[in-house]
Amino acid sequence: MSHVLETAAGVPSSGPLAEALTMRGKLMELTQASYEAALLPSDAGNLPANLRAALACRMARICQQSGLTQHYADLLAGYGDDADPYQLALPGEMPPADEQRLVAMVDYVDLVTERPRDASEATISSLRTVGIDEADIVRLAGLVAFVNYQLRVAAVLSVMGKSQ
Amino acid sequence: MSRVIHKFTTRVPTWRPHITPIDFDKATPAQQEALKETPSNTKISDYVLVLAHDPEPLRIRTSLFNGIMYDKGGLSREERELGAVAASVVNRCIYCAAVHAQRYNNLTRDERVMQEIFFNGEKADIDARQRAILKFGMRLSECPPKVTDDDIASLREVGLDDQEILDLTLSTTLFGWANRLMHTLGEPVSGA
Repeated sequence: MSHVLETAAGVPSSGPLAEALTMRGKLMELTQASYEAALLPSDAGNLPANLRAALACRMARICQQSGLTQHYADLLAGYGDDADPYQLALPGEMPPADEQRLVAMVDYVDLVTERPRDASEATISSLRTVGIDEADIVRLAGLVAFVNYQLRVAAVLSVMGKSQ
Repeated sequence: MSRVIHKFTTRVPTWRPHITPIDFDKATPAQQEALKETPSNTKISDYVLVLAHDPEPLRIRTSLFNGIMYDKGGLSREERELGAVAASVVNRCIYCAAVHAQRYNNLTRDERVMQEIFFNGEKADIDARQRAILKFGMRLSECPPKVTDDDIASLREVGLDDQEILDLTLSTTLFGWANRLMHTLGEPVSGA
């Protein structure tokens, strides 16, 4: 068993935390399956896997989660040298203004990662306005929501694991 | 006429989607498969029909959500609900906060705890164990998430063991996930 989350968090293989994770083994399997559905989906729509990896890496950096930042940087590197032409894996970097769809997606990633409380109907309208269809909006929202979950679980596991 | 709700409440609002829910009668085989996981005895909600635009994660998510909130052992049901509320308060997901505050109240038969949390947030006047759980859940829900050795120690001081801390982490972060869908893909409204 090699799950991305527990590996990135450096969870020890024995001790009380390892036992607790074993008790929730089914849930950690489903978490891994959710990772695969979000990052390596069979139907990626108009959000290709390389873009998903770049955005996940950006979110990991925003959340200062070093283990998953490294994981997503490696995943992204595996898609080749041109996988992230605008360096979206780095927070603060933006696509050129004429890449309207990409700009709107990155704005969404940043807002909903950093300040989800500030999202409103206008947040979705701004995606729709640049021609992103509803299925892709749901795909993007699902990716951002899952990665934020994964980053927080990893944050706790890495702190707990270090002391065991 | 319905209006958008911006204040925390334990009265569960109606969720109005910003995305068109899929038409169940025109669902693709993958969508039908994902929707099979939802309870068959209730009408499929607009929320689930919106998520069905992307069926692959939805199919997995339903089992994961139910397991994190209901699987036996470890942290008590009501304390998992408290974790869910802590995240929903930070993320101002009025809908999730209402649903899970109501579940907490039904489990504990004590409405005072949620009233305190909705009114005073992290400064809620609740018992030491509830306060430690709330504070941990709220700090974990910030961006970047705040979790240190001291945060873990504060849970151990009020009696949580590794299993309970893991369960609290899962229920809290799961709502970081749910809030980011509920609060962006639609909004809570009063009336129908």
